[in-house]
Amino acid sequence: MSDIANKILFLPERASTFAERVDVLHYFVVGTTMVMSAGVGLAALFFFFRFRRRVPNQTTEYVVPDLKTEFLFVSVPLVFFLVWFAIGFRDFTWVTTPPKDAMDVYVMGKQWMWKFAYPEGPNGVNVLHVPANRPVRLLITSRDVLHSFYVPAFRIKMDALPGRYTQVWFEATKPGTYQVLCTEYCGLSHSKMLAEVVVLAPEDFEEWLKEQQRGRLQGRQDALADTSLVPPVARMAEQGEKLAGTQGCLKCHTVDGAPHVGPTFLGMYDRQEKLADGQTIRVDEAYITQSMMDPGAHLVAGYQNVMPTYQGKLQGPETAAIVEYIKTLRTANVREVSSEGPAYDPIQ
Amino acid sequence: MTPSSSPTAEGVLPGHDDAGGHAGHHDHPSYLVDGTTVKSWLLTIDHKRIGLMFLASVLFFFLVGGVFALAVRVELLTPGPTIMDAMTYNRAFTLHGLIMIFLFMIPAIPAAFGNFMLPLMLGAKDVAFPRLNLASFYIYVTGAVLMVWGMLNGGLDTGWTFYTPYSTHTTTTVAPVLFGAFVIGFSSIATGLNFIVTVHTMRAPGITWFKLPLFVWAIYATSCIQVLATPVIGLLTLLVVGENLFSFGLFDPARGGDPVLFQHLFWFYSHPAVYIMVLPAFGVMSEVVAAFSRKNIFGYRAVAYSSLGIAFVGFFAWGHHMFVSGQSTFDAGVFGVLTMLVGVFTAIKVFNWVGTVYKGAVDFRTPFAYFCGFLFFTVFGGMTGIAVGTVSLDMPWHDTYFVVAHFHFIMVGATLMAFLAAFHYWFPKMFGRMYHEGWGLVSAALIILGFNATFIPQFLLGNYGMPRRYYEYPERFQALNVASTAGASLLAFGFVIVAIYLTYALFYGRVAGKNPWRSKGYEWLSESPPPTHNFVGPQPTFPEEPHYYVAPKKDEVNDV
Repeated sequence: MSDIANKILFLPERASTFAERVDVLHYFVVGTTMVMSAGVGLAALFFFFRFRRRVPNQTTEYVVPDLKTEFLFVSVPLVFFLVWFAIGFRDFTWVTTPPKDAMDVYVMGKQWMWKFAYPEGPNGVNVLHVPANRPVRLLITSRDVLHSFYVPAFRIKMDALPGRYTQVWFEATKPGTYQVLCTEYCGLSHSKMLAEVVVLAPEDFEEWLKEQQRGRLQGRQDALADTSLVPPVARMAEQGEKLAGTQGCLKCHTVDGAPHVGPTFLGMYDRQEKLADGQTIRVDEAYITQSMMDPGAHLVAGYQNVMPTYQGKLQGPETAAIVEYIKTLRTANVREVSSEGPAYDPIQ
Repeated sequence: MTPSSSPTAEGVLPGHDDAGGHAGHHDHPSYLVDGTTVKSWLLTIDHKRIGLMFLASVLFFFLVGGVFALAVRVELLTPGPTIMDAMTYNRAFTLHGLIMIFLFMIPAIPAAFGNFMLPLMLGAKDVAFPRLNLASFYIYVTGAVLMVWGMLNGGLDTGWTFYTPYSTHTTTTVAPVLFGAFVIGFSSIATGLNFIVTVHTMRAPGITWFKLPLFVWAIYATSCIQVLATPVIGLLTLLVVGENLFSFGLFDPARGGDPVLFQHLFWFYSHPAVYIMVLPAFGVMSEVVAAFSRKNIFGYRAVAYSSLGIAFVGFFAWGHHMFVSGQSTFDAGVFGVLTMLVGVFTAIKVFNWVGTVYKGAVDFRTPFAYFCGFLFFTVFGGMTGIAVGTVSLDMPWHDTYFVVAHFHFIMVGATLMAFLAAFHYWFPKMFGRMYHEGWGLVSAALIILGFNATFIPQFLLGNYGMPRRYYEYPERFQALNVASTAGASLLAFGFVIVAIYLTYALFYGRVAGKNPWRSKGYEWLSESPPPTHNFVGPQPTFPEEPHYYVAPKKDEVNDV
């Protein structure tokens, strides 16, 4: 049934849980639109015929609608539109709120290619491998201009902005290869900025991950014996740790829970943080990135606005690596006591 | 062209003091022949001549924009390169969008037909500030020249949206084009201001606010948007020019700026700008549907108020262009609901137009044929607008051909239908001549069919996942692209026919007489074409509603 509808509407393959939600609303909206338009159109056609001019000088009755009619004109569309909105907003909230256990992948748009990086290992260009039936969160940024990451089969799309991370998630439902397109005009070869998502069965994905960790020589039997010959695939968190040192982050941020010039990195990720302006904010990728690029934007309560911006000093992948490093510094005890604020006293 | 000043058998219309007297005509030549030198046209302060000059300019730019539209469509016939390289294509769609929006759609109905008709509909001799009106035309021309010069020398490739940081990084020439847009903005503001003051101060005795023709209501609401929103894009274009030439860093994240800020400012103008384009169209259609079904407008007040409602709510819906731009989910919800309200106001209009035909006396002439097309495009364009305003559905549709098809349906479909309907409806009033009705109907059918054939495949392309602004595309999209290009050819063919028979009618058309449609619109109380000061004799008074087709009182003669 829905396959026929998809053929008529030219909808692409439906390969994610979000696609199933969106398509249902899509049918509903298209259906009501068609019925509505047919109603208005047929009424108009009937009137054209029924009330055609019979003599050149014909006069007409003076017709004024009563309040009830006008009320009907307003309320019927309003109710329909609000129902669409309510369903649409529920689904939109769902797709912009990744589940906690989602697998992270960093996506970086660049004129004119997509780069993908996994916190635990491999990275690649223009091919994204993901397991089926597992939520995958994409943390999307750009190195130059705006791009937009679009997978028609998953019905998801999110802009890639330089200097900050946006996120969207999906759960692919069947293995296969799906096209990724860029939908934000980004210059000369905008239309060539194509990539693909390869969805693998979970066990195939594990296998693929292992192969990636064995490195490029995995196809060569003789080399398999001595994996030390193969340089280990760089782990983002390790890179991040190095960068935190070389970029000077650790001069002001400790990793042992002690407050210093800035808040400690320990247990920082995923914490509710009280801000200087009284609001609270959840420390996520977006907030950490923003704090690197524009430190004063949301200042944690109790700290001075003294951090310099790292805008232009850190590349997209470097930012992501530091974020991943901070994410590794989650400790159970800090998280338990710190749902309302820092686990330490602020500097007076 | 020798316009008619020979009154055939005109009768006296109610409330019109002048008897259409034969004697007065030689002292009051029509505006077309009152001064025939080039100078008398270029330095005129007559709103009708200025309206005509605007009409000629927008028609010229419609032609230019249309040629580029066809070039783009032909390029998309095949998945790979067809007739041009990627950079040329990127420039072509930018040029198409910029010219069509800033130089055609926005000024088309208000500046051309609004200028011509507004004072006539108010029983006024001219607009409130005739010299400002002329200045507005020259400002428009200056901006247009700057813009086109920039596009031809340097070749802008940002798309008409100028999104940063691309527009501040591209090597192509952005500054003159943006500066041109800035200049054109002043024209828009001046025209809007002029109309607002005119409507407030120049209504003839008897024309109360609720006796205003609905076209005037629509133009009034449009003018409010123009005056309030245009300054924002004016300043924004200056900021981008500054960013481009002097590296301000407002929108460039590499210098601490925010590219999303640009989008907010841009859509704060450009979303209401959609209503600058369609509200006048709604106004024209209210006039046309009343005139050709000889009926008072069903729910006059609802239609009038909904114009103001659209103008008002239109200001608060800009964020629906940015659902996937990284704005917060909460913002998306707010902008989503507000978008729905615009749809409700439009629905009120649609229902009331259909209601107007009820118990009417329909004469299916060319303008009415365009009304039918308009109804279809407005309903479909409007409903698809609500669909893309539905946040979760927008996620797959955003920046695909679905959106392209949607905004062409509502902005171009509706506005173009209204533009053509206005042209045909008021042609006898403006030039005193009639066009060939048969050709009118044939070309209307061709244009409506061609338009559907062009853009319905694009809705499907969007569903299928084809992003907009693609020079090359995966092969699976080809069939629908070919269908769309074929439709565009049909559409272009329709326009050629219109151009031919209207040009012919301009010189050799049958003399129209004062009121060939037997319309009760106020503008038809004047001669066709009107004399320089619109009405001969003392100031006319208008005791009746603008569309009052009830049986005449006994002493009235009610016919041509």
